[in-house]
Amino acid sequence: MTALTLPAQPGHEASPRPMPWRRMAWITWRQHRLAVAGVVAVLGAVSVYLYITGEQLRHQGFISYGAGPVLSITAVLFQAIPPLIGAFVGAPVLARELETGTFRFTWTQGFGRARWTVATLAPLALAVTIAAAAFGLVFSWSYGPQIIGNPVLSPLAATTFDLHEVTLAGWTLVAFAIGSVAGIAIRRVVPAMFATLVAWSGLAVLTGAFLRRHYQAPLVTSNFTLPDGAWIESQRWAQDGHPVSLSAVDQVLQKIGATVAAPGHLGQLPAAGSQSAAGSQSAPAPGPGSVNPAQYLLHHGITQLTTYQPASRLWPFQWIEGGWLLALSLLLMAAAVWLVLRRAA
Amino acid sequence: MNVIEAAGLGKRYGSTWALRECTLAIPDGHVAALVGPNGAGKTTLLNLAVGLATPTAGTVSVLGGTRPGSPAALDGIAFVAQDAPLHANLSVADTLHLTRNLNRRFDRGYARARLDELGIPLTRKAGKLSGGQQAQLALTLALGRRPRLLVLDEPMASLDPLARHDFMATAMTAMADDGVSVVLSSHVLTELERVADYLVLMSRGSVQVAGEVDDLLASHRVLTGPAAEAGRYAERLAVVHARRGGAQAHLLIRTNGSTDPVPPGWEAHPVSLEELALAYLREPGAASLPGPVRAERTEVSP
Repeated sequence: MTALTLPAQPGHEASPRPMPWRRMAWITWRQHRLAVAGVVAVLGAVSVYLYITGEQLRHQGFISYGAGPVLSITAVLFQAIPPLIGAFVGAPVLARELETGTFRFTWTQGFGRARWTVATLAPLALAVTIAAAAFGLVFSWSYGPQIIGNPVLSPLAATTFDLHEVTLAGWTLVAFAIGSVAGIAIRRVVPAMFATLVAWSGLAVLTGAFLRRHYQAPLVTSNFTLPDGAWIESQRWAQDGHPVSLSAVDQVLQKIGATVAAPGHLGQLPAAGSQSAAGSQSAPAPGPGSVNPAQYLLHHGITQLTTYQPASRLWPFQWIEGGWLLALSLLLMAAAVWLVLRRAA
Repeated sequence: MNVIEAAGLGKRYGSTWALRECTLAIPDGHVAALVGPNGAGKTTLLNLAVGLATPTAGTVSVLGGTRPGSPAALDGIAFVAQDAPLHANLSVADTLHLTRNLNRRFDRGYARARLDELGIPLTRKAGKLSGGQQAQLALTLALGRRPRLLVLDEPMASLDPLARHDFMATAMTAMADDGVSVVLSSHVLTELERVADYLVLMSRGSVQVAGEVDDLLASHRVLTGPAAEAGRYAERLAVVHARRGGAQAHLLIRTNGSTDPVPPGWEAHPVSLEELALAYLREPGAASLPGPVRAERTEVSP
């Protein structure tokens, strides 16, 4: 048949050519352009929305701190950006090659599997990181005025802290890196996607709950009035430098008919005290007359010690978190390359 | 030069040895057939040779002492895995471009001309091609790389008879014109008889027979004679496999070059490749490492 009649002499193209890294660029783009385009399209659309609301806010000339609930709902949605990118872009990169068996083709070409892995992961990691950083910039620009200087919300609070450009880029990169490791370790696309979501969420929760507060030594104040946007770690009562139990404080307060109900309400006491100056038009508390509970406690040598991170630490914290996330991501992607090299067919 | 050389090669997956104590040397300039039942370790051996797997025990080298998976080995060996896995969502043209970008050498003109003659449209997605076309595309990509060694794992398993013929014709042309050495695995014996001139027989994870087909055929024959006398000869001769049919016994024996006269009352027949392979496959323990392997190894040392 026809196969026998073919000229089998090597053509002029058959001579060896160098194999620079950039020859992988087309391949990576061709194979992952849909995923990258999807990320850019979604983030772009949301960015446009953020831009419009940001513009409106600036033209109206006022900043609505009352947007708190709306802010937190949209912020929660934005929290899903990194893990979704990790699951939909990061996890399939290696898992799909293994699941479909095409790694037997790809990894036996002259380029070599280690170089192939690096040349696939690196540009994609860079692309999603840049996309996330750009989105974070729009977020900071649009929501920044509502977050920074807001007496109620702290810019360090978990709801929005990781949505600024540095941290969003870092969390997206680490999600991508987790996805790539999950892909090569699990070798199935869908399980790798789930593993990515779970692992990323675990890391994010642990970071927000335990790690972030230790980036810098917290400040301690005995002031009842905290600076705007302070991120409160803990509050406790003390008398002459020794801790005092809540019941002891209650006993003192009972003399003037006020109470501290539970540890969770500690923060409300100074708030009530400070509001009596600003919002004095509202009727002052009836029973105890003119006695200010905070002043009364102070008079008895009882102070409230608040451990907090000031809002001014937003950017140092951003860079600390971005830094270790970058280091962790590089480690994870190195692990992915190592697993590719170890992977036996 | 040996295109594939293994010494004490073993590969374990979990607690199962897929390949064990495998020692062989396939010289270049051959179409070598790796034959054995499913689970004999053929794919494992090929994966080790192309660098997709690393040995648990022993050593393997390719193209005259190169480490599998090293840049030189990857450059010189083109591998078509079982079922010819290709990126299903890429067009044929994109697949060509991808292969060209991934290799130091790729003869695009040759590949395009071949696909044109096969009637495989460049715009079609690889996943939309028929099984035979996918296999032909994978073979074209492999040959376009102008390899020194072409490794084909079960290339004909998914092909109909016509596609098998075309596929092997292409491989043979490459072999004849470019001097490409070919190593292919298969459990389809009849297809191999026409094309293979070197046989490696594997069973239960080890090599049973290895040698040039002509030598193997010359050093084996079938003796047919009275069943009653079969037991006597079985002790004197290197009987690979004995088959009794009524009063007649058929003994497949290894002569090892000796020209013992045929005993009276017996007839000697030359053996076909298929008969030979089947006899050994039926007796996996009987002749685990016959002469040809040892002979090959002594040739290797200089």
